[in-house]
Amino acid sequence: MSSSSVAVVDYGMGNLHSVASALDKVGDGVKVIVTDCPDTILSADRVIFPGVGAIRDCMAELKSRGLDEVIQEVAAQKPMLGICLGMQALLENSEENGGVECLDILPGAVKFFGNDLHDSAGTRLKVPHMGWNNVAHSIEHPLWEGIANNSRFYFVHSYYVDAPDFVAGTADYGVQVHAALACENVFAVQFHPEKSGEAGLRLLRNFLNWDRPTASFFPVSD
Amino acid sequence: MALAKRIIPCLDVDKGRVVKGVNFVGIRDAGDPVEVAKRYNEQGADEITFLDITATHEGRETTVHTVEQIAAEVFIPLTVGGGIREIKDIRTMLNAGADKVGINSAAIHRPDFVKEAADRFGSQCIVIAIDAKRVADEADGRPRWEIFTHGGRKPTGINAVEWAIKMVENGAGEVLLTSMDGDGTKAGYDLALTRAISEAVPVPVIASGGVGNLDHMVAGIKEGLADAVLAASIFHFAEYTVPEAKAYMAARGIEVRL
Repeated sequence: MSSSSVAVVDYGMGNLHSVASALDKVGDGVKVIVTDCPDTILSADRVIFPGVGAIRDCMAELKSRGLDEVIQEVAAQKPMLGICLGMQALLENSEENGGVECLDILPGAVKFFGNDLHDSAGTRLKVPHMGWNNVAHSIEHPLWEGIANNSRFYFVHSYYVDAPDFVAGTADYGVQVHAALACENVFAVQFHPEKSGEAGLRLLRNFLNWDRPTASFFPVSD
Repeated sequence: MALAKRIIPCLDVDKGRVVKGVNFVGIRDAGDPVEVAKRYNEQGADEITFLDITATHEGRETTVHTVEQIAAEVFIPLTVGGGIREIKDIRTMLNAGADKVGINSAAIHRPDFVKEAADRFGSQCIVIAIDAKRVADEADGRPRWEIFTHGGRKPTGINAVEWAIKMVENGAGEVLLTSMDGDGTKAGYDLALTRAISEAVPVPVIASGGVGNLDHMVAGIKEGLADAVLAASIFHFAEYTVPEAKAYMAARGIEVRL
């Protein structure tokens, strides 16, 4: 692993410092490259697609840098981890900013929590969903290795993923949040592993050790 | 199985040292901020707030360096407040590794600053920090709180609840609410104030100012309806540890991250 590289896609959407420093922490010699250069991204062994902010700006920034096609290409061929807005951008579309078409790499939509969100006991829930919530594993997956089912991860988002397929983990916040998706060489998480303490660092380490998609995508309950 | 209420140790930092004053005077030294932040991270703090109270420009450069050092070692959310006056101050702190910035008096001077900041960086990283004091009741007998600046010395005449609503409409994603009556006194949060603001805004509210024991934290959440509780001196001077606080809250039915 010491000779491998990971590209963190820099497209002007937020703070990549924490992602890069968390990768440095767990990387054990892995070369961490924060870049918006298509060739550099395409030549890296694996790619992290992060992002915070609003989806309209995200898609505009990707397109203006030609990175929308680069992400499509990466998604077709090498391990990729989408984080937060980087996850949402992989879906078909988002309700944010009056409706935005996304990259359509994974099936599903990004929806607003709404202004009248309550838990099952009727308690009002604040939006954004901000803080540490439990993530239930929907499948076994190499990226969950060493992470206990229902471990807490740090979330901050006002829109959530609702996907018909490829759900790898869920969180409960008035609605069922699809907190992680897994499809072949693509893994995507709504939470911030770089801000989720030991569990998050473990997930990043698992990603750096994840060489190829495995056939082990079966439900935990089976 | 639900979102945890957060416990947030706060580091008031002056010229590179953690300090904590009672009502902002009588400052006591509480250590090196990087070491203090690491200790709270190891204890299981859910987030760390770093409040820069340094007055000088040179001191601020020290602050940026300290934030960089904390962010390289602590992988939980980090909020930085104090002296955030322009868009470039926000960019500097986010680049140094902060996840959120607290905006306080700059918003009072220019309310559109919060809107510009949220548009540029996203609401998720803009915290409106409100320092409020109870003042004479409204004509109809309801309690009234107003925003104060300059460490609680200077009144602004602004209604704190209305201000919170306005700043959230402008794009703030969270409210850090400090009762200046309570700050440093260990008499407990201003629960009526906390509840009034938490009910008035859709975003999370962090209660701050006045924690002296763990019952105050429980009350901040159960009665004040806070989404997170912030404390400084009870942790700095080892009266309680973060795990003790969490165990105490969990035993009283509050969802916490253990």
